[in-house]
Amino acid sequence: MSEILTRTGSPVEEVPEGPGRGEGQAAGYLPGRTLPLSVEFARQLRRRRTLVMFGLLLALPWILVAAFQLGAGSGQPSGVPRLSDLATEGGLNFAAFALSVSASFLLAVAVALFCGDTVASEASWSSLRYLLAAPVPRDRLLRQKLVVALTYSAAAVVCLPAMALLAGTLVFGWHDVRVPGTGETVAALDVLPRFGVVVGYVLVSQFVVAALAFLLSVGTDSPLGAVGGAVGLVIVSGILQAVDALGSLREFLPTFWSTAWLDALAPQPDYGGMVKGVAVSVTYSVVLVALAFRRFRRKDVVS
Amino acid sequence: MKLAGKPVAGITLVTVLVAAVITWVLWPSAQGTHPREQSVTVLDGPRDDQQVTLDATFFPPAGGGRAPTVLLAHGFGGSKESVREAAVRLAGEGYAVLTWSARGFGRSTGQIALNSPDYEVKDVRQLLDWLARRPEVSLDAAGDPKVGVAGGSYGGAIALMAAAYDNRIDAIVPQITWHDLADALFPEAGGRGPLNGVFKRMWAGLFFSRGGTSPAPGPLRGATPTGEAPPASAQEVRCGRFLPELCDVYQRIAETGRATPEAIETLRRSSPVSVPGRIKVPTLLLQGTRDSLFPLGQADANARAVAATGAPVAVAWFDGGHDGGDGEADWIHERTTAWFARYLKGDAGQATVPFTVTRDGGRDPGTRRPVQLHATAPAYPGLYGAATTQVALTGPAQPVANPPGGSPSSISSVPGFGGLGGSPGVSLSTEMAGQSAHFDSAPLTAPLQVTGSSTVRVRVRAEGTGGTGGTGGKVSEEGVTLFAKLYDAGPGGQAPILPDGLVAPVRVALSPDGTGEATVALPAVDHRFDAGHRLRVAFTTTDLGYSTPAAPAVYQVELAAPTLTVPVDAALRTPQNGPSWWTWALPAAAVVAAAVLLLTGRRRRRTDHDPSLADVPLRIDGLTKAYRNGERAVDDLSFTVERGQVLGLLGPNGAGKTTTMRMMMGLIHPDAGEIRIFGHRISPGAAVLSRLGSFVEGPGFLPHLTGRANLELYWKATGRPEHDAHFAEALEIAGLGAALDRAVRTYSQGMRQRLAIAQAMLGLPDLLVLDEPANGLDPPQIREMREVLIAYAARGRTVIVSSHLLAEVEQTCSHVVVMRRGRLVTAGPVRDLLGEHTSGGSGGGSGSRLEDVFLDLIGEKA
Repeated sequence: MSEILTRTGSPVEEVPEGPGRGEGQAAGYLPGRTLPLSVEFARQLRRRRTLVMFGLLLALPWILVAAFQLGAGSGQPSGVPRLSDLATEGGLNFAAFALSVSASFLLAVAVALFCGDTVASEASWSSLRYLLAAPVPRDRLLRQKLVVALTYSAAAVVCLPAMALLAGTLVFGWHDVRVPGTGETVAALDVLPRFGVVVGYVLVSQFVVAALAFLLSVGTDSPLGAVGGAVGLVIVSGILQAVDALGSLREFLPTFWSTAWLDALAPQPDYGGMVKGVAVSVTYSVVLVALAFRRFRRKDVVS
Repeated sequence: MKLAGKPVAGITLVTVLVAAVITWVLWPSAQGTHPREQSVTVLDGPRDDQQVTLDATFFPPAGGGRAPTVLLAHGFGGSKESVREAAVRLAGEGYAVLTWSARGFGRSTGQIALNSPDYEVKDVRQLLDWLARRPEVSLDAAGDPKVGVAGGSYGGAIALMAAAYDNRIDAIVPQITWHDLADALFPEAGGRGPLNGVFKRMWAGLFFSRGGTSPAPGPLRGATPTGEAPPASAQEVRCGRFLPELCDVYQRIAETGRATPEAIETLRRSSPVSVPGRIKVPTLLLQGTRDSLFPLGQADANARAVAATGAPVAVAWFDGGHDGGDGEADWIHERTTAWFARYLKGDAGQATVPFTVTRDGGRDPGTRRPVQLHATAPAYPGLYGAATTQVALTGPAQPVANPPGGSPSSISSVPGFGGLGGSPGVSLSTEMAGQSAHFDSAPLTAPLQVTGSSTVRVRVRAEGTGGTGGTGGKVSEEGVTLFAKLYDAGPGGQAPILPDGLVAPVRVALSPDGTGEATVALPAVDHRFDAGHRLRVAFTTTDLGYSTPAAPAVYQVELAAPTLTVPVDAALRTPQNGPSWWTWALPAAAVVAAAVLLLTGRRRRRTDHDPSLADVPLRIDGLTKAYRNGERAVDDLSFTVERGQVLGLLGPNGAGKTTTMRMMMGLIHPDAGEIRIFGHRISPGAAVLSRLGSFVEGPGFLPHLTGRANLELYWKATGRPEHDAHFAEALEIAGLGAALDRAVRTYSQGMRQRLAIAQAMLGLPDLLVLDEPANGLDPPQIREMREVLIAYAARGRTVIVSSHLLAEVEQTCSHVVVMRRGRLVTAGPVRDLLGEHTSGGSGGGSGSRLEDVFLDLIGEKA
């Protein structure tokens, strides 16, 4: 090992630092270049939980397809057609159904996982302190992690309906959308851009979950606690939503507008509920994210 | 803001909510009223000689004492039980309430006289006499109770009739009721009166059959079976509990399908139309938009009649009526109590909106139920609009056929089963082929909100008048019966929608040459025609609900003028239509709050550089850090490390070594004092930390990645050029060999330890801080480590090592800093320290070991 040191000895002679570098940083160090997004993506990508979650989201449409094929003919749709009765009408109908059954919980769990785990898992691995001492400035660390976590969340929210659209189209064909309730049909090409709006809305409506998970993630060393806390919010909000006595106060519950995207698939799309949903979601998430940054700046990292 | 505060706030919120819910659930029962069943015997009939016992219930006001009274009348086929719920609610609002079963209904005796002034009206007058003697009822004068009357349909008409005949009544709220029963049963949209009207066969049949002994449940104001089934006589089977004279009249008109002057006279005696100028009390008219029995025109006529006397009138078109709809029970209760609060209690603060229209507000996103919006206007414009707009219609003259026997017939709505088509947007309407003529507008370029009754002029010519003389003669005598409809025809293949399922029957009189013209008032609706939709006026020869001529005939139908006059009311405004204010205000406020949170949370970031210390790797000055409990982990610590030193940081567990190192890394904020590395003050993320390599309190790696990937990604995370990393040297120090390409989770403690030290040495930092580097290493590795560190420092770099292996420190370090309970005990070259103590004479010998010195320093000195 001493040979190494004789080798490493030569640069050492040149290194001694004199004054004159503004912040006294090492050669080549720039705060704005620390923790590039590509590095954070790579650090998260090969994690088992990432792969399992995406595997589940991509497999779910096929599981649903199989379930509909198995149960074909046994269901007796009567009266007003529901979304589930119409799932086999075509790819778009199937994608809408897949989204409706997963948006309220499964996607929330996925988003909570990506955003709640991101800082807390670093803390639990002790790698957080080495990143901070590298040094990655704290705000930058959070920002990069938030961007990557949201990107993974967005990928999760998009990949499920996209795969459902693919699976549904392959199995049930490409047909116009039949609307639940009235059974009217809307041309597929009319619906496709609206479907994009729907997926975008589902993503935005998950921002609350993402932001709360992120805040909890910053505050705890336990990734499970952060994920569970955010999912708990979804559950509690869903329960409160069922309390009619709360009246219009319910409109401000973070999950109240989570099904408003159904209005976009009606023959006459109505975006009023979605606008309110976006407003509520953005409000909560902006404040929660700001709290996360504030908290992390002041935090003593002891993990 | 501390996160710890959140659970408390959350628990408080939940507690408050739970308390509110419990209070809300328990509140009404706490002040429940105890209704009293009451039989009131009255004398009525043209000569006031018929004794009838009315079955009534009196609900004392919730607050006790005297209160204004509300008479709640039930609908046709119902009884006092149908309005019990509404009565309890009103009593809870501080009104005395009297409900009764009208004569011929429920347990009341007598026969149904259709709100005749000789019968039902006299009954109500005597109920008022009875009320005036109650101690709970407040009076305007002796024998004159302060009283309002409310009710729907049959009950609404008695409210109007009683107000006309008894000036003790102070305010009324009639709902979904008639102005002229003759006109309601024999409508004629061309303005030719009920004598030429088209018989509303199905509704009339239902209406009269509900006077039977076992009333069928239906939308006529919540009818409930009485449960009693007395044996029926022949007369009862024929007429139920109707007065025989009325029964005879009905049977005649139902047989012929034509009104007679006598029938019209009888029906009008039961209608407000017979008492012009006599209803002089504040009147709130609530009429359902989904009502093919008593359409909006009936309320319009009532409104005009009452307004002519100068009394205040308000009109509301709500989502309900005899054909179903939502019913809006809560909203109707709210409007009713507001009206009575204004005109019975004299609460001038109650706003009375002259005109309200319920509109579709989409669906509640939480419950997925339809939402009603209430558009209001400062004045009631009437059926023909505050203003009108002309819409051009096109369409050629079209032949239409009246099928023999009037069958099959087109369908607009199904009387009595209105609930079937209850959801908006679903249209039951069906046109039979060959029976209807259509005239369309161009697609609208802008949305058009129609509020009221549109009018169009139509021309009809009977075909084949020369062919069969008999039929032709009959047609010109009978006129041509047509059903005018206003459809909303959407683009594409959507079925056109018939708003509210309403039609306007018209009987066009023919001149001897076989042609006739009429200006037709189309059904009064409040409907929004979206841009791109067309207005379509259709004339149909049949309708399921009406009696139509049995003789087959063919007519040519064309527009006499190609325009449709459409009433609009721009003053009708929906409050909060469109996004609520908070949809933009909340996010904006959140952004402001976030900005405040972030800006106030910002620590002052100034470049704090002391050039005189630029060559001093580390200077700690007065460093202090207290735990939350106030105990000081580091207490006023000061020392300096010079270049080329290998400094041993010594101290027993809890001496504050690790806390000091964490503060050097910018992980912990010191409470007081400062740390300078090469003259730069340390703060979280300070750039000078890039010259510090650290290994503190164990390794930190991503377990799912290989050792090599961990080091590479770590270096990439620093953002520094790859050639500065000196990976080869670092990896050689780690000495992991092939294990480098295994996932870190498979590593032993020692392997992780070496990898972590290698990571600390990446980039050959000027200052290397290692916390217990020898942990988990075997003796040969410890020896190598010692050589590495000495060689590292020999070239002008600096190493700080904390260790509890004192022998190691003694052999490796040039200098030591000894800490105890957060305080500096001593600092200096190892040699000095050993020498000092040798001369101090603890052991007497020359071979004093650091261990002895250390124990001496931390133990005995205290």
